[in-house]
Amino acid sequence: MLVLNGLGKIYPNGVNALERFSAEIRLGEIVAIIGGSGCGKSTLLRAIAGLDRATSGTVTLDDIKISAPHAKIGIIFQEPRLLPWLSVAENIGFGLSDLPADIRRQKVAGALARVGLADKADAWPRELSGGQAQRVAIARALVPQPEVLLLDEPFSALDAFTRRDLQDHLLDLWADTRPTLVLVTHDVDEAVVLADRVFVMRPRPGRLFEEIKVNLARPRDRNSPMFDSFKRRVLTALDRSLDRNVPDGDSKSTAGEAMWW
Amino acid sequence: MAMTVELPALETTDGTIAPPASRRLRRWTQPAIGLLLPLGLALAWEATVWLGFSNGRLVPPPTKIFAAIVELARSGELARHIMTTLSRVAAGFGLGVLAGTVLGAISGYWTLARRLLDPTVQALRAIPSIAWVPLFILWLGIFETSKIVLIAVGVFFPVYLGVMGAILSVDRKIVEVGRTFRLSGPAMIRRILLPAVLPAYVVALRVGLGLGWMFVVAAEFMGASEGLGYLLIDGQQLGKPAQIVAAIVIFAILGKTTDWLIEIGSAPLLRWQDAFGRHSGGA
Ligand SMILES: Nc1ncnc2c1ncn2[C@@H]1O[C@H](COP(=O)(O)OP(=O)(O)OP(=O)(O)O)[C@@H](O)[C@H]1O
Ligand SMILES: [Mg+2]
Repeated sequence: MLVLNGLGKIYPNGVNALERFSAEIRLGEIVAIIGGSGCGKSTLLRAIAGLDRATSGTVTLDDIKISAPHAKIGIIFQEPRLLPWLSVAENIGFGLSDLPADIRRQKVAGALARVGLADKADAWPRELSGGQAQRVAIARALVPQPEVLLLDEPFSALDAFTRRDLQDHLLDLWADTRPTLVLVTHDVDEAVVLADRVFVMRPRPGRLFEEIKVNLARPRDRNSPMFDSFKRRVLTALDRSLDRNVPDGDSKSTAGEAMWW
Repeated sequence: MAMTVELPALETTDGTIAPPASRRLRRWTQPAIGLLLPLGLALAWEATVWLGFSNGRLVPPPTKIFAAIVELARSGELARHIMTTLSRVAAGFGLGVLAGTVLGAISGYWTLARRLLDPTVQALRAIPSIAWVPLFILWLGIFETSKIVLIAVGVFFPVYLGVMGAILSVDRKIVEVGRTFRLSGPAMIRRILLPAVLPAYVVALRVGLGLGWMFVVAAEFMGASEGLGYLLIDGQQLGKPAQIVAAIVIFAILGKTTDWLIEIGSAPLLRWQDAFGRHSGGA
């Protein structure tokens, strides 16, 4: 269980980026965080990852307090951040350096096959497409088998088609070991197709505004009316989080757009 | 410094749209085109002297230069001069690289050390290094030590700046990857910083080596009895232009060869850099 207890972050320049953010996230749950630009989503994720210290509140994972990067928590950024001097296989094995070489090789080969890049094992990161590189980044984060995987807009740099592909792929990978996923996104479609719960945040200061449970069985049909109604609910909550007045029935104007900024 | 290194590489990768066959051809013809001008001039000059339009006394024709080299080589003198100069460059280069690397790394890694150290180094850098010569001779004598120190000073600055700049420009995002995998300090240096810094370091070494060759000449002008620089001075005093040009040619060959050695030696470590240009062009 990942417990966020009254997390707050005030940057040295005085920006109050996050305030009293509390949530309990069960093992294996998928949570999407969505909200306006600058509302503190990345700040929140970096605090959970232990990359930046929160100014108040605590993050605990299975009753262990997290204040620095932890072996049970993996993170994937918007950019793949592969190490350009390592081959694809070496990149995936980067977090496994404690293991004996043969076990490491086995795990890396397995992960490569799992993300469908077995033929790219010896390629350099520069030779990959954006989607392939992000798949390598996912494999690198997943191969040490973290309990929690944090993703900060992992697919936002990709085209719509590749993005869908990787969303489905991420779900497949998730089904293998069922880690907790906490995913920041701007894409309402993405939130609804992946998440068990969608956290809508509101800006200045960044706070949890509304929580929406997505009670849809997986795999989810992006074209079903139920899917659409969840999307509409998220969009409405987003609009309200920014104090935009949305008369009933008019939420269609934004519901048609998958991307919400 | 790291930026200026990468730009040409990027340009060529963008430019190589041509099919592989013609690209391979161009790889051989392009350097060959570069040889046309010097070879043509040499041949023309040889012909001019041979046909008697000039006596070639001040500007010796290629055959004379070649003869001078052969003569020096036969007496064993050439080998001795080359060895002397080479060992001076090696010692000075080694010393300069060592000091530049250590101080550059310290300045790049610790902000406090950089604030303390860098202004002084930058101020010293503003002094033309040859200006040190009289002082070095007073302090260290006219013999080997002052020569080697002068060369080391020349090598030091580009290496120092290269190392410091390279460390400062390491991508924070990639360092963060190291942090998320909980690398210890030494592991972070070995697995992230060193490989990230290496390309710029190799460039700094090559620039440093170039300066080392420049400064060995200056060093050997100040009272040497051996070395290629001595051959230059000796040729001037005895009026032997062929010997001067011969020494210059040997300088060029040695400079290019040692630079090439660094390039070849570092190539396996930097394969990841140019891989893009080589593979993706054909695919
Ligand atoms: N290092 C920093 N120093 C000072 N202020 C910062 C820093 N990082 C973020 N902020 C501020 O904190 C607020 C929240 O930033 P954050 O990056 O968490 O937003 P976000 O929700 O991830 O936005 P986006 O959707 O655009 O990625 C913003 O107002 C931002 O300007
Ligand atoms: Mg962000």
